[in-house]
Order: sequence, then structure tokens, then C-alpha cells
Amino acid sequence: MKVTLKIRRFNPEKDEKPWWGEYEVEAEPTERLLDALNYVKWYVDGTLTYRRSCAHGVCGSDAMLINGRNALACKVLLKSVGNKVTVEPMRGLRVIKDLLVDLEPFFEKYKQVKPYLITHSLTPEKERMQSPKEREVFDDTTRCILCAACTTSCPSFWANPEYVGPAAIVNAHRFIFDSRDEGREERLEILNSSDGVWRCRTIFNCVDACPRGINVTRAIGEVKKALLFRKV
Amino acid sequence: MYQRYDAVIVGAGGAGLMAALNLAGHGHVAVISKLYPIRSHTGAAQGGIGAALGNLEEDHWEWHMFDTVKGGDYLADQDAVEILCREAVETVYELEHWGLPFSRTPDGKIAQRPFGGHTREYGKAPVRRSCYAADRTGHMILQTLYQQGIKNQVHFYNEFHLLDLLIEQGRCAGVVALCLATGEIYTFHAKAVILATGGCGRIYRVTSNALALTGDGMAVALRRGIPLEDMEFFQFHPTGIYKLGILLSEAARGEGGILRNRDGERFMQRYAPTLLDLAPRDMVSRAIYREVQQGRGIDGKNYVHLDVRHLGSEVLDQKLPDITDFVRTYLGIDPLREPVPVQPTAHYAMGGLPTDLEGRVVIDEKNTPLPGLYAAGEVACVSVHGANRLGTNSLVDILVFGRRAGRHAGKYIEENDWVPLPPSPDGPAQDLVNQLLSGNGNERAAAIRDTLQDEMMDKAGVFREAKGLEAMQQKLRELRQRYRQVKVEDRGRKYNTELLEVIELGGMIEISEALVAGALARQESRGAHSREDFPKRDDPGWLKHSLAYQTPKGIELKFKPVTITKFEPKERKY
Ligand SMILES: Cc1cc2nc3c(=O)[nH]c(=O)nc-3n(C[C@H](O)[C@H](O)[C@H](O)COP(=O)(O)OP(=O)(O)OC[C@H]3O[C@@H](n4cnc5c(N)ncnc54)[C@H](O)[C@@H]3O)c2cc1C
Ligand code: SF4
Ligand code: FES
Repeated sequence: MKVTLKIRRFNPEKDEKPWWGEYEVEAEPTERLLDALNYVKWYVDGTLTYRRSCAHGVCGSDAMLINGRNALACKVLLKSVGNKVTVEPMRGLRVIKDLLVDLEPFFEKYKQVKPYLITHSLTPEKERMQSPKEREVFDDTTRCILCAACTTSCPSFWANPEYVGPAAIVNAHRFIFDSRDEGREERLEILNSSDGVWRCRTIFNCVDACPRGINVTRAIGEVKKALLFRKV
Repeated sequence: MYQRYDAVIVGAGGAGLMAALNLAGHGHVAVISKLYPIRSHTGAAQGGIGAALGNLEEDHWEWHMFDTVKGGDYLADQDAVEILCREAVETVYELEHWGLPFSRTPDGKIAQRPFGGHTREYGKAPVRRSCYAADRTGHMILQTLYQQGIKNQVHFYNEFHLLDLLIEQGRCAGVVALCLATGEIYTFHAKAVILATGGCGRIYRVTSNALALTGDGMAVALRRGIPLEDMEFFQFHPTGIYKLGILLSEAARGEGGILRNRDGERFMQRYAPTLLDLAPRDMVSRAIYREVQQGRGIDGKNYVHLDVRHLGSEVLDQKLPDITDFVRTYLGIDPLREPVPVQPTAHYAMGGLPTDLEGRVVIDEKNTPLPGLYAAGEVACVSVHGANRLGTNSLVDILVFGRRAGRHAGKYIEENDWVPLPPSPDGPAQDLVNQLLSGNGNERAAAIRDTLQDEMMDKAGVFREAKGLEAMQQKLRELRQRYRQVKVEDRGRKYNTELLEVIELGGMIEISEALVAGALARQESRGAHSREDFPKRDDPGWLKHSLAYQTPKGIELKFKPVTITKFEPKERKY
């Protein structure tokens, strides 16, 4: 099939403002959008810039705005986008070059929620016990690949860049609901601030955007509930 | 730009992060990585990490050791394998203590499942040894280590690309790297350097490896006179998604999946009557090629079927959710209803920078270390995998030897001073970048790379013979010529990803030269190295490791003996 890629381009070393580049690509319908981008970069215009690595949806490098919705370019097949596809960088983060954005603020927010197991009690010699049921409670949120698709699809985040954003909350959830963790209170306290969970207006864009199929809104809801029922 | 550290680690996958965590607190340490740490390909590992915990049935590290040695067709150094299998157990517990969310047994212990080549009582039957978190074990390992890195305030230089290794007075003096964001070249002056840059699967057309796995660390070292060990051994995993190469973990067969040819026959019965579909990867990949050669591929084409229909939706959803998703997303088929088209995919480099048991890079037949230089993970060759790696053993390797390298480097930086930098330390790197950015060649890097990948797949893949390998050497000479005329369209400094791809390609050609030279020299078949013209293993002639050196006259090979402690070489049957 023939596909026309309409890509929002911007190179701060050359361009005063962003422009649209159009590229026609001959490809199999079962190929990934990432394959088409690679084709353009490798055979048409070497300056096209984006991140990529695994090419099968597990490393989180290539989240971008595809036909107006956030997704990973390597998980979108050409047959699903039609003959013309618009590709733009994710919203709400500074564009550095073409489809590549500044992720530093995103990772800073992730670090804020103390995304690591906190324990005070003695470590056993072998494994800590955890039943399959206890493990199941936080399974969904262990799958996050920090692609930023959820956070950059969130109107609350666009309106207020200080908001920790869904991705950070998902990663806090992963520990708050882990039966082995003893840092629940510290983490809940961090999320209880005005730029924490309460900024979430349950708009569901994040659920739509998540390439791992994580129920982000439900995770945020569970954290809110944990806060509400905390010190009573 | 000049930076000084006690130690610099290059690479932030499992090996680099583990080294960093073991160095934390010992001095001023930096980790540089061309990808954000969390994007490293360790995150793609699916099936599990092997350790004889014995959570579900009796198991012992000695059994694990035997399987690893036999799986590697007796080429592994057995002192190293012993360390691997003993320390695997404490390593898995350490991961759990750091919060890794393993899948669990009904009584709350770490869950374990069978995996190719892992057996009980020295080969009697499959054993449940692979510790897993569904089919996302690598993801969980990478996440957990990165989380610990944040907790321990490890200092990361993200999106910095290694360009050169500095050696002065026979000791390591640091590295040179390019900052992607600014295009600036940094000299990192360091007492110790740990290379943990991962594998090089992208030299082949069909591969399970990320686009970033271009063997940069191997190439940079090779150019600096450091040999590469056993490069001729490259593992093809039997079950990559047809054409795409995306991996479908051996866990699919560990859970009961079956390989079938066009007649629906379970053909592994003819090749490995005891372990069947769970025979080691080299054997299964060869079996698939044979089936295809003999006209029993599906529709006469070069693929077979992986059948998991009988496993039922519960197993697929609970234990193999990601690979089920890959099949649905990329093939548009439901593995519950239809068998999945698979073909062998280039997966793992058994070879790499030779190291000793402490992760020190050793540079000759006598295992003389190069002081201050370490390597760990897929970039290294200890050698624990010998001629063929068993599934679940790389995750053990990267962690056990990442830790050992980190610990030893920690001592080294306390006891040693900085070596002075060579004059103009970043000169060669600057020249390389400037030449590429100002050249006026007209060869497309992608076209060169396409030829390299196709030809390597064809001539240095699952089966090899002298004729093809010689032709490959000729091809590589041509590609090198063409590479001299390579063009870079992007002349900018900031985030010039095209420049980096071109630099990566140069290294891929050089590593391929080392691989092909080793493959041509080794006139026997052992593990993953299968010569049509020398179909038998030849212990008197070839029970030895190869060391490939880059010289002005081309690749030169030397050899060193294999360490054998507990298990004498025997014929390998399953
Ligand atoms: C799909 C798949 C599934 C697998 N499943 C399993 C499994 O179930 N069990 C198992 O044991 N093994 C498995 N393996 C193998 C195993 O995952 C890898 O061998 C292992 O993760 C390699 O780890 P590493 O730390 O050496 O390298 P990687 O994780 O690949 O990390 C390499 C690091 O080096 C950095 N780097 C590379 N080049 C440069 C440069 N020029 N400059 C700066 N930084 C650089 C990268 O940014 C990255 O951080 C699997 C492999 C694949 C591909
Ligand atoms: S929750 Fe989903 S969309 Fe958000 S960062 Fe994680 S994987 Fe990406
Ligand atoms: S390239 Fe890794 S998620 Fe798309």
C-alpha cells in the first residue's frame, strides 16, 4: 500500500518555527508505523529525528501523537491508520527536534514518588512471602514502561505542568499496593499535595493512550481511595 | 569537555546497573548510556532467570552447572560456570529483596518453570528452574535495578554515546563519548571503566534484538587492540515471529507449546527424543532449518508453526500475556485458535570481550588483565555460555558478573590512581565526527547495512561452510570500501541520530569481520557454530577459545585453552 506520512518537523538549529513534511512510502499493510519512519530516515531524509529501540512495544522509546492520539509508533500497524497519517511529537513536553521531546521533567516527576521498595523490617535469608492474590493486586501497574503517553495526553497536565501526572501515580500505585512495601504513608503524603492525585479529573485520555493496556484511571482512583480512607 | 570520575560504567542495562549498584558508595561513579536506562534491551527479556532454588521440586546448583556446560557443548570455562550457578541463587533472592515482583507459587514462594536444556539429575528430565514474572522477567529486572539506582542516587549521563576507549601505559584511562543533546564530545577520565554495552544482533537481518544493539562496545575495544573471544558462536533462537524476528519466549514451550511442520508433525521427536521441544536452542533452530530444507516448512516456505492452542486462555493470559499480545498485534492472529508462524531469529552473542572471574578484561592467551578495564553482560565473554547459551542464563550472567565487576572495580579505584590521559584524548573521536559531518560521499548507510544484514544471515547464520564464509569476507571488504564513501545528510550537532547510526554501522562491519574470521577458521561443528563441511565436533583440534585481533592486515586469530573442572566433554545428546 501507499501511505503518506505528514510529519511535524522542527530543527531548532535551522527552523524558526515548525513545519509539515510530507513523505510518500510504499509499504506492506502489516508493517509498523516505525518501519515507515525508518524508511523515511534511511532512504529519504536522514535528518528526521525520533527515538526508538526495541521495535516491539516494550522499551517505551517511541510514543508520539499519531492521527491525534498518543501511541507507540512500533505498535501501530499501517493498515490501521489509513492512507494518510499525521505524526506529531507528544504534547506538553518541550520539543527538542522533530518528534523528540525533553523527557527530563517527566522522569523528575517519576522520581518524586519514591519509585522503589521501602522496607524497615529485617530482610529474610530467602524470599519474602507473597501470595498470588497479594501479587495480583498490583500486577497491572508493574507493567508500565515509562513511555509518557498517558501523562502527555492528559488535559490536567497540559493545563498545569506541575501536576505529577498519571505515569508517576501508576508507579506509586505499584508500590503502595505491594504487600511487601512499608513506604505507603510517605508516598501517599507526596501524592496528597495540590499537584498530586487530586489534579486528576478522570478524563480517561490516559487509559486510551497506554500502550500496555494499563487501567491508569482505575489505579489513580485506588490511590485516591487509599488517601480518603487513610487516617480515619 | 573534561570530566573526572573514579569509575565510569558504559551501559545501563542489567549488567551496567548491577555494576553501578555494587560500586555505589565506593567513590565518584558515573553511568553513561546511549539510551535512557529504562529503554535498555534487558527490559525485553521474557522467560526467566535460572537459579536452583528448588521451590517446586528438588534442584541443585551442580545440576544447573552440568546443564550449562553440556548446553554450551563443553566450551564454557567450568570455574566460571560454577560461580554462575552458585551465585544465581543469592542473586535471585537479592532481586526479590529489592522488590522484584516475581510470579508466585500457591504458598507464596518465587514461581519457577521449565526451560530449554535445564534438567534434573544430569539430564534425566526437564526441571522447573526458571524464576519468572509472567513473561516480563527482564522488564521487572530492569525496572527494579533502575529503581535501586534512583534510591542510591547513581549519577547517570543519559543519551551519551561511547566513541572511544582510552588506554595509556598499558592501563585504562577512561572513555570518550558524544552527548546527543548538544553534540559535544566529552572525555571521561577514570581509574576504572566497566563496559556493559550489550549485544550486536543487528548485524543480522532477522533478529530479536533492539535497533540499538549494534555491538558498539565490542567495536570500540577491538579497534584499541583488545581481542574478541569466541565471536563465531552466535545463537539463533528458534521461535522468532516470521519475518519480524520478534521473540516468542521459550517459556511458550516451557509451558507446553509444541513445534509442528507442514504435516502437523511434532518433528522434535526425531531430533531430541528426551527433551523434545525443550532441547537447547541451537539444536531446535537447526531442526527447523532441516525441516524447511526437506520441504516440510509451512506451505513450503521457510517457517514452521508454534502451537500453543491447547494451553488454554488461562495459561496464555496469566503466564504468557505479552507474547500473546505480540502475536495478536503483529500477526493479527489469535494464538488460541491458530498456530503461530515462527522462524529462527538472531538472538545472542556468546562471544565478546574476554574477561576473568572478576570481570577484568584479559587480552591474551595467558589471560593477562588490562588494569582498570572491566566488561560484563552480553558484551563480555567470561565464558559461561561456551558454544551455546541456555535460556535464562544470560540474566544470571549479567547480574552475577555485573556485580563481580562492580565489586572488583570498587577495590581497584581505592588502591590505584588515575593514569595520565594520552595526548589529545578526544582527538580520534573528534576526527571521526568531523570527517563524517563534512564528507561528500554518496553511499547510503542504510543500503550498506541492508546488504550486511542479508549477507550475514545467509552466509554466517545457523549453517555455515567455507565457500559462503569466504564469499562473506569478500563482501565485507566491499562494504568497508563503500563505507568510506558513506554520507551523512544531517550536518547538525544536536540530536544527530543519523550520525550515530552511521558510526554504529562502521562498528557492525568490523565485528562481522571478527565473527566471520572465527567461523571460517573453526573447522568443526560445536554448539551454535554448525559447519556443513565439518559436521562433527573435534575436541582434539578445537576444544579451545578463539581470540580475534584487529590488525592492519585484517583479523588475526589466537587461541586459548578451556578450563575444565568437573565435567569431561562427552557427546551431546538430549
Ligand atoms: C527478546 C529477548 C528476550 C530475552 N529473554 C531472556 C530471558 O528470558 N532470559 C535470559 O536469561 N536472557 C534473555 N535474553 C537475553 C538477555 O536479555 C540479554 O542478553 C541481556 O539482557 C543483556 O544485558 P546487558 O546489560 O548486557 O545489555 P543491555 O540490556 O542490552 O544494555 C546495553 C546498554 O548499553 C548501552 N549502550 C550500548 N551501546 C552504547 C554506546 N555506544 N554508548 C553508550 N551506551 C551504550 C545501552 O544504552 C544500554 O543501556 C533475551 C534477549 C532478548 C533480545
Ligand atoms: S502507564 Fe502506560 S502510558 Fe503511562 S507511562 Fe506507563 S506504559 Fe506509558
Ligand atoms: S521502539 Fe521500543 S517501544 Fe517502540
